[in-house]
Amino acid sequence: MNSKKTLIVSHAPFWHDGSGVPERSYHTMIAALPAACVGIAYYGAPALGVISLAIASAILWELLFNYASKRSITVGNGNAALIGLLIAMVLPASAPWWLVLIGTFLAIVIGMQIFGGIGANPFNPVALAIAILMVSYQNHLDFDAALVNFSLDFPSTTDPLAALKAFGPAAVENLNPIDLLMGRQVGGLGSSCGLAIAIGGIYLMLRGIIRWEISIAFIVGVFISAMLFNMSDPVRYAPPAFHLLTGYTLLGAFFLATESSSSPVNFIPMLIYGALGGVMTVLIRNIGAYVDGVIFAILLINLINPLVDKIRPKAIGKVA
Amino acid sequence: MRKRSFFGLSKPCFNYELATGTVADPVAIPTPETVTLYIKQELKRASSSLKVGTPVKTGQRLVVNEGDDICAISSVTGTICEIAPFLADFGRAWTAVTIKTEGSDTPDTEFAEAMQAPSLETLNRYLATCPGEPDIGPLMDERNPVHTIVIYGGNADILIDTSLYLFKQSAEAVNAGIEILRKATGIEDIVIVIPEESVQNYSGHLDARMQPVSSQYPYAQPLMVLHQLTGRLPDEKGMASMGVHFIRAEAVAAIGQAFSSGSLPVEKTVAVIDKQGTKHLARARVGTPVGVLLKTFDVQVNDQDKIIFGGPMTGNAIYSEDLPIGPGTDAILVQDKSVIPLYSDYPCINCGDCVRICPANVPVNLLVRFLEAGQYTEGADLYDLYSCIECGLCSYVCVSRIPIYQYIKLAKYEIGRITSAEELNEQ
Repeated sequence: MNSKKTLIVSHAPFWHDGSGVPERSYHTMIAALPAACVGIAYYGAPALGVISLAIASAILWELLFNYASKRSITVGNGNAALIGLLIAMVLPASAPWWLVLIGTFLAIVIGMQIFGGIGANPFNPVALAIAILMVSYQNHLDFDAALVNFSLDFPSTTDPLAALKAFGPAAVENLNPIDLLMGRQVGGLGSSCGLAIAIGGIYLMLRGIIRWEISIAFIVGVFISAMLFNMSDPVRYAPPAFHLLTGYTLLGAFFLATESSSSPVNFIPMLIYGALGGVMTVLIRNIGAYVDGVIFAILLINLINPLVDKIRPKAIGKVA
Repeated sequence: MRKRSFFGLSKPCFNYELATGTVADPVAIPTPETVTLYIKQELKRASSSLKVGTPVKTGQRLVVNEGDDICAISSVTGTICEIAPFLADFGRAWTAVTIKTEGSDTPDTEFAEAMQAPSLETLNRYLATCPGEPDIGPLMDERNPVHTIVIYGGNADILIDTSLYLFKQSAEAVNAGIEILRKATGIEDIVIVIPEESVQNYSGHLDARMQPVSSQYPYAQPLMVLHQLTGRLPDEKGMASMGVHFIRAEAVAAIGQAFSSGSLPVEKTVAVIDKQGTKHLARARVGTPVGVLLKTFDVQVNDQDKIIFGGPMTGNAIYSEDLPIGPGTDAILVQDKSVIPLYSDYPCINCGDCVRICPANVPVNLLVRFLEAGQYTEGADLYDLYSCIECGLCSYVCVSRIPIYQYIKLAKYEIGRITSAEELNEQ
């Protein structure tokens, strides 16, 4: 009877549904891949270079920080790789190597690791890094300037949002929504093809990896506020479909606003959070100083996340 | 390990076992060579009444010190061969008494004399460790009078239906037990709670109010039942402060059986669930080592497998095949090492899966941050620790694989300890 068998003991429950952080990261990367591939198809090797460098450097920054802070190595969970991929997708294909390195450093170290790593970041690391880059290196994130040496056979060889900002809706009237949806527009290397992003986003929503409430509310927020602007003055403000299909709108709705640790988890807060992000995006685009408002809108809603997430259903059995 | 469905939007859904269909009668396990019983009291110094070599009879009370209320009931006749301290869950100190059995059973007669007066003292003295482990103490507490006794017919976990099976098999004993409880406590309001799909045949036969509950997990967990009955959940003072007391149907049946037969029940019905998920019912003496039961059903246990007392959601893993089944052990679940999910030390990534699955609307994502940091009272005050009904679903879906359920149980235990220490100081 006195067996020497070593049994494993642990806490209940003894079943698990098999989900895990690595699975989440890798599935999100799979969902982002179609859009990235469209970027590679349009922009060629430079786009591939930016993507590879961004993923590699993001992993490296996290590894270096793990060593420097004497914490366990966390690069295996794929989160750093995912952040690298998303950074690459919002950069222009012509981004120089140092810009990519700075971008991933900002996202991984400043945006996430100094707060304590995965789960502890108050802002979406990608949005934070891109916001800093946008303010610091305007020329490199101005798509018209950055992509001037590419010969692209798109209907318009300028950034539609920049054209809208400078010349009003008349300048972008000739743009066909189908072309925009297929990614035939000047923009970030992985953020211009709305169709590919939407396919990835729907995949993530079905898998339950992102919260569909946030994405849908974000899109509805963009659509309704853009529609109100457009109805009030069609000469000055572009129609809602244009806002949906240009810039970072869809990437923001499906991949940036839904980053789990900086977004709410309860139903009503998710709707408020997403809708507010959409409204802020259109506000910044239409009456703000910046060409694209998605990045700043997401940083703003990240700020209100802890507050709105206090709106939650009452727990059962509470007397008060 | 179960798999998450491809469509992650759908929530996992479990149902309780309902003990319907034909169940094979329990296999009688012969009296083992040794049994081990726990006295839930610390072994401080050499005990005056427990000594190695002392002969004991079946049904005899074993106490650490003369005059103690806390005891164990010997399930066999034999001689004590070992007395040792035992460290139970959450670091509680108990005493383990191992008895070497003799061939035949000699019944102890002490209970037969005491049963003439079915009072709470008798119940507490002799039946607190009968199968089903009724907690008689709160019924005797005059500061928090109990007005409702809830007899809990189901099992508090999925996969297991031992308790429900016994309830169905021994309706007469349950009725007798209810009568004894009424007589001893004077409480009129006795409710029987049972999963609804197994209820239709029993109303009317039993001398108590029937309350069907949903057979979907976790709507028949004791705390969830309490919420359905009263609309409230207990705070750190525990269930007793609400005037409701839970007794398992198995315990009521054991009480009824004890008083009608004049001898204390010493056999426990246990389900053994092997690695393939096949369920075997067995009847064995309380204190029988787990290994004996596993051997009977040819369950091969290898290195790094897991043996669990109870079900997959709320059970307790044990560390040795030599540990005995206790009066509260409904099932022994064996898991192969290939299906054991491992916990991690990852932080919460705020994915919100736990919040969406929680049947009690507890903000688990925030609560767990406090509990991980040991801030139990903050968790209780701000983030609804006491709304948790202890179903374990949050840990089941946790992406970071945090042992949330364990954190919650630990927090409740620690706060309970502080509270009872404060109450002692006030007296």
